[in-house]
Amino acid sequence: MQSTYLTIALAPLVAAILAGLGGRVLGRVGAHTITIAGVGLSCALSLYVLKLMLFDGLASFNGPVYTWLVSDGLQMQVGFLVDHLTAMMMAVVTFVSLMVHIYTIGYMHDDPGYQRFFAYISLFTFSMLMLVMSNNFMQLFFGWEAVGLVSYLLIGFWYTRPSAIFANLKAFLVNRVGDFGFILGIASVLHFTGSLDYVTVFSKAQNLAAGSIPITSSVTWSAITFTCICLFVGAMGKSAQVPLHVWLPDSMEGPTPISALIHAATMVTAGIFMVARMSPLFELSETALSVVLIIGATTAFFMGLLGIVNNDIKRVVAYSTLSQLGYMTVALGVSAYAGGIFHLMTHAFFKALLFLAAGSVIIAMHHEQDMRKMGNLRKYMPITYWTCLVGSLALIGFPGTSGFFSKDALIEAVHESHLPGAGYAYFCVLTGVFITALYTFRMFFMTFHGKERMDHHTREHLHESPWVVTVPLILLAIPSAVIGWFSIDNMLFGDFFTGAISVLPAHDVLTKLAHEFHGSADFVLHAFAGPALWLAAAGVFCAWLFFLKKPELADAAERSLKWLHEVLVRKYGFDWFNENVLAAGGRLLGGILWKGGDQALIDGALVNGSARGVGWVASVMRFAQSGYLYHYAFAMILGLASLLLWLLWRGHGI
Amino acid sequence: MITLTQVLALSGLLFAISVAGVFLNRKNIILLLMCIELMLLAVNFNFVAFSRFLGNIDGQVFVFFILTVAAAEAAIGLAILVVLFRERRSINVEDLDTLKG
Repeated sequence: MQSTYLTIALAPLVAAILAGLGGRVLGRVGAHTITIAGVGLSCALSLYVLKLMLFDGLASFNGPVYTWLVSDGLQMQVGFLVDHLTAMMMAVVTFVSLMVHIYTIGYMHDDPGYQRFFAYISLFTFSMLMLVMSNNFMQLFFGWEAVGLVSYLLIGFWYTRPSAIFANLKAFLVNRVGDFGFILGIASVLHFTGSLDYVTVFSKAQNLAAGSIPITSSVTWSAITFTCICLFVGAMGKSAQVPLHVWLPDSMEGPTPISALIHAATMVTAGIFMVARMSPLFELSETALSVVLIIGATTAFFMGLLGIVNNDIKRVVAYSTLSQLGYMTVALGVSAYAGGIFHLMTHAFFKALLFLAAGSVIIAMHHEQDMRKMGNLRKYMPITYWTCLVGSLALIGFPGTSGFFSKDALIEAVHESHLPGAGYAYFCVLTGVFITALYTFRMFFMTFHGKERMDHHTREHLHESPWVVTVPLILLAIPSAVIGWFSIDNMLFGDFFTGAISVLPAHDVLTKLAHEFHGSADFVLHAFAGPALWLAAAGVFCAWLFFLKKPELADAAERSLKWLHEVLVRKYGFDWFNENVLAAGGRLLGGILWKGGDQALIDGALVNGSARGVGWVASVMRFAQSGYLYHYAFAMILGLASLLLWLLWRGHGI
Repeated sequence: MITLTQVLALSGLLFAISVAGVFLNRKNIILLLMCIELMLLAVNFNFVAFSRFLGNIDGQVFVFFILTVAAAEAAIGLAILVVLFRERRSINVEDLDTLKG
């Protein structure tokens, strides 16, 4: 199987190199053919591996492929760990990536950077596969950084736009903060277990649990809590959790296909995947789990609110992504790792679908993204309309759709948890359901229903997108609608993740839920008794009332809640704080060090100062040089005499 | 019988005279050369005296070397002096201050 796994990972890389370096020779058709072939091969093999694991009982694979270097007993290897968790991630990543590749043909068809774009997204697929298939921290970190790099390249894809350059720099810098925590966590793991290999580290997790890190003579930190929180800081950066979320909305400056692929479906879920992978470590620290829980809950609730006030169709979906990532993080916090991963999977399908649908709308609107200039697009774009409806319903958790199963199970799991902060998290995720429904259907109604607010010229050219755009929409709509129904039993309550994810019995909320689970149909019926479904319905109703039926109500609400609206429009001031306190403070400190430290002290005092000192001493000393021979002779005699006197005075010296 | 102290005192006197000559003379550079010669003679006197009173002949061998070097030095010094005079039309010590800083 090793060669199969190698092929899965390397096919997109080969395609990326060919399309990237030989793009001129291959031409447009050649570039997209070769990258789609590469990713298609990966996707087919990934689905094949998943099928073997699910139905034919293929055992997990764990082994090194290549030893990069050995240093003092530390082996840095390229290796694959393919178990059920990885197989599922591989299938999701390659499938969504394949859909996005096909979609890109339509979306980017008149862009001058066509080949470059295909090379980037193939490179991204390779990076993400390396990340999920890794069997050690070293390779995980490689994949982690590589997806960050590709994300940087793609956000700034239209590199002539200042806003795109600003956004990609911001994304890169914010991710650096997270990655710094992440690499500290890896270093701590290495320090306490002496290995970077997952299996070895997990088997020595007790070392971490028993270890402590002295801070001062009297204060020590628990090693496991420190390590887990550091690793989670990395996840906060990649998975855009408060307060490191600021880069994700801005990343919408990139082309829509990569918003769908990277900033909704795959890369941002790397943090979630990583925490799930590290479950044997996180389980040992309740403090770290509580931190994860509270950060996730805060993200889920407060980022959702921002979606209500945004008018840019892509940004609404981006805030929705933030909020949903918060949901996944909450699931990790209550030890329902399988729930988080399950939501990750369903979310990957329906969020990619929503983004691609938004992209389809943007193509039709001639790259106009403001929803206030859309309306009644249902008439012109029926396929986009229906697929977007499926995606929206899945997002709000309409009974039977994939999002319903994952989100409802997740909320139930939070309800069962007794960790500190679980009450707050339950409130956040439950209220979040209402908010999700509100902003999703606000976007949906403003775009596809109501009055036609676009200008005359745009309206004349409105038409459904070409088949390369609509086929991926349809192919993504199918799993968005049905995959939850088939997989919830196995993934959430079955033994699909046994061996890949470990949960202590004390935290095992999913097992408690499993006792009440009697099939998918029963789960749907059961939901009518719970509050989540009615909250979602209320959200849809409010959206219909405020934004479709009586838009003047929304304006009135905006006026009466002016301060709240202002806070939301300003995104709680995170950007303001980062720019005016952190960035400006950093620049101020840099300015002080530059002017004071470098220019004044080093250049001024040390370098030029010593030269000036020598010059001054010389200018004084020249007056001693009279030029008369007898003065020099006198000085010599005087020197000799004083030397002799000194010797005599010292006695027998020398 | 002459004692070592007396000889050393004479040599010291000679040396002091020559030093005073170097300092006090402001006019003639030839005098300067002569004073230097006198200094060397004072030193030679020391050598000879120690050699005589310590019964070691080495000191007197040194004197021959010093005399030779002094002769060569005087020859070179006078040659330079001649060139200097041709150049500046003066052998006045007060005028020679090209080294002034």
